[in-house]
Amino acid sequence: MIRTLLLTTLLASPALADEIWVTNEMDDTLSVIDVDTLTVKATYAIGERPRGITFSKDFKYLYVCASDSNAVQVIDPDTGKVLHDLPSGDDPEQFVLAPDDRLLYIANENDAVTTVVDTQTRKVVAQIDVGVEPEGMGISPDGKVQVTTSETTNMAHWIDTQTHKIIANSLVDSRPRHAEFSPDGSELWVSSEIGGTVAVLDAATQVEKGKISFAIKGVRAEKIQPVGMLFSPDATKVFVALGPANHIAVVDAKTLKVERYILVGRRVWHMAFSPDQTRLFTTNGVSGDVTVIDVASLEPVATIKVGRFPWGAAARPTP
Amino acid sequence: MKRMLAGVLAGGLAGATGAQAEMLRIDWLERQVVPPPVLSNMQAEPATLGLDGARLSLADIATTGKFTGQDYRLVETVVPPEADFLPAAKAALADGARVLVVRAPAADLLALADLPEAQGALIFNTEAPDEALRGIDCRANVLHTLPSYAMRADALAQFIVTKRWTYLAMIEGTLPEDRAYAAALRASLTKFGLSLAAEKTWVFDANMRRAAAAEVPLFTQDLPEHDLLLVADEPGDFARYVAYNTWLPRPLAGSEGAKPVGWSGVVEQNGAAQLQNRFRDLSGREMRADDYAAWVAVAAIGEAATRTRATDAATLRSYLLSDKARIGGFLGRPLGFRDWDGQLRQPIPIVTERAVVAQAPFEGFLHATNELDTLGPDRPETQCTAFGGAK
Repeated sequence: MIRTLLLTTLLASPALADEIWVTNEMDDTLSVIDVDTLTVKATYAIGERPRGITFSKDFKYLYVCASDSNAVQVIDPDTGKVLHDLPSGDDPEQFVLAPDDRLLYIANENDAVTTVVDTQTRKVVAQIDVGVEPEGMGISPDGKVQVTTSETTNMAHWIDTQTHKIIANSLVDSRPRHAEFSPDGSELWVSSEIGGTVAVLDAATQVEKGKISFAIKGVRAEKIQPVGMLFSPDATKVFVALGPANHIAVVDAKTLKVERYILVGRRVWHMAFSPDQTRLFTTNGVSGDVTVIDVASLEPVATIKVGRFPWGAAARPTP
Repeated sequence: MKRMLAGVLAGGLAGATGAQAEMLRIDWLERQVVPPPVLSNMQAEPATLGLDGARLSLADIATTGKFTGQDYRLVETVVPPEADFLPAAKAALADGARVLVVRAPAADLLALADLPEAQGALIFNTEAPDEALRGIDCRANVLHTLPSYAMRADALAQFIVTKRWTYLAMIEGTLPEDRAYAAALRASLTKFGLSLAAEKTWVFDANMRRAAAAEVPLFTQDLPEHDLLLVADEPGDFARYVAYNTWLPRPLAGSEGAKPVGWSGVVEQNGAAQLQNRFRDLSGREMRADDYAAWVAVAAIGEAATRTRATDAATLRSYLLSDKARIGGFLGRPLGFRDWDGQLRQPIPIVTERAVVAQAPFEGFLHATNELDTLGPDRPETQCTAFGGAK
């Protein structure tokens, strides 16, 4: 805790600005980036191996998967202090907060289970058996269907959030890492890291309606390993992080054509938009930094050094 | 929910409910051998080396099978050192074994592969690193998941080139495994433009637990100046006593020091930590290269069965040898099988006791189709003809 104290003392009166919060997997810390100055304004020590990160809808609480602490930690973003832990099941890696702002769906990577936790009562509501190494977590905009992808079983498991039962399983390419519903809820996008592809599934039928492959000049096909995905604010584009290919692909959400590849840091995992949606922040695991992309021009504009192995990112508007 | 229900039927992957599950039988066939005596008895070979990997992998693919309506069964046959291997193998085949994961020395493996009743079976070699099994003695019904001597030696040679270590020396043991590994190292050094300044053979039979400090300096004193000392000591007999006792203070590589291996308990990147956790939970020990070879064989079988929806050996084999196979193996790249010799193409970690030093293939070693094929005999070089020869 000494580290946290020192760092916060140094920043006696932090200027108010929009922020990007980043989990540093190998440092057990959170880096807080000031979106105006593009500098790290605070670093907070938290639980072990932090990965998944998301804010409550009112931005009063920050949830972080502290995988090796076997807990989801609830943090006060104004102070960086851990308020309490939520029961999460073993080895939580990634999660998704339901649109009701209350239930967290957590992937327990070691247990082949999806755990549903009520953030208010702090109790486990349900546990659902899924495939081996669950990771990608998506939820439909109406909150009716939650999707867990399992990396070693190579499936998207569609879970009815009323009954907490699996209603369908869609086989996708090898090692699915991330699941993202389109903002209108009609499609589910699943990235397959080892398969090197993104599958677009029809949410009504759970059947694949399209598949995206990637090719970057000068980059070996084996290095193209899609992980994180994010729909642009207007839903016309999807940004896909390509892992060790060190690029973000910009995909036309309608035609499924790749429009552009943006060079970022090494081993890019996940992304978050600035609250004003003009900038995209990417976590680059191996280079230990965050690339800032201008969304209008699709050009990288800055690189910010954070902790070791930055994994996830989440945005908070000016408090 | 009606909409969802329709989708389930259309998707055809509604889990095992209702549908008749297909059973795929996988046989574990092991020929136990008495390991050669080594100078230190402190680290015993686990009794279930290899088998634990197969068991874990079966649990993994069985979980997948719950959702695809496919069922897997592992039938274990372990032949003790004093018993005959071939009758046990014949009995398994007569009992219906068609997909076999085998842990046996090269001679037993070949005898099995050549049985009339094994024609059309699919056999995975998880133990024998011999070059000939991937070359002149290759068999169309045998795939290999353990890297060959040549693949490991090529990985180390690439590492040496990357490090710009020019002056090299080597000590080799006298066992056939030592000689085979030393020969592979020599060939790899030549392949990557390196050479050995000197070689010596370890012939001492003294007990090195008492005498290493006294004998190794003298033994290594006449070696010419070198950056790195290679050691070929596959059973782990003498090389451990060479470390830190050499005349010149030099790092070791090969069977000791920086070791190119198929797998090790220190591999953690690319999600490997999850596999290591599962393995430790199951076996109470670290996962070794032999465990991984068995794990990845069963994982490949499961992947092929899932993708092809088939259980017959011929369909599984042709899928695994095709470009479509992209097997996740926690080594950061999709794995597949070479269609010229049946070898799994795989990255080779170079490890110490405590960390992964580096992982081959390295940047700059280019290949027309797949960088992984810079490790081991490539299509134009292969001496194997059972797979239809070089295309």
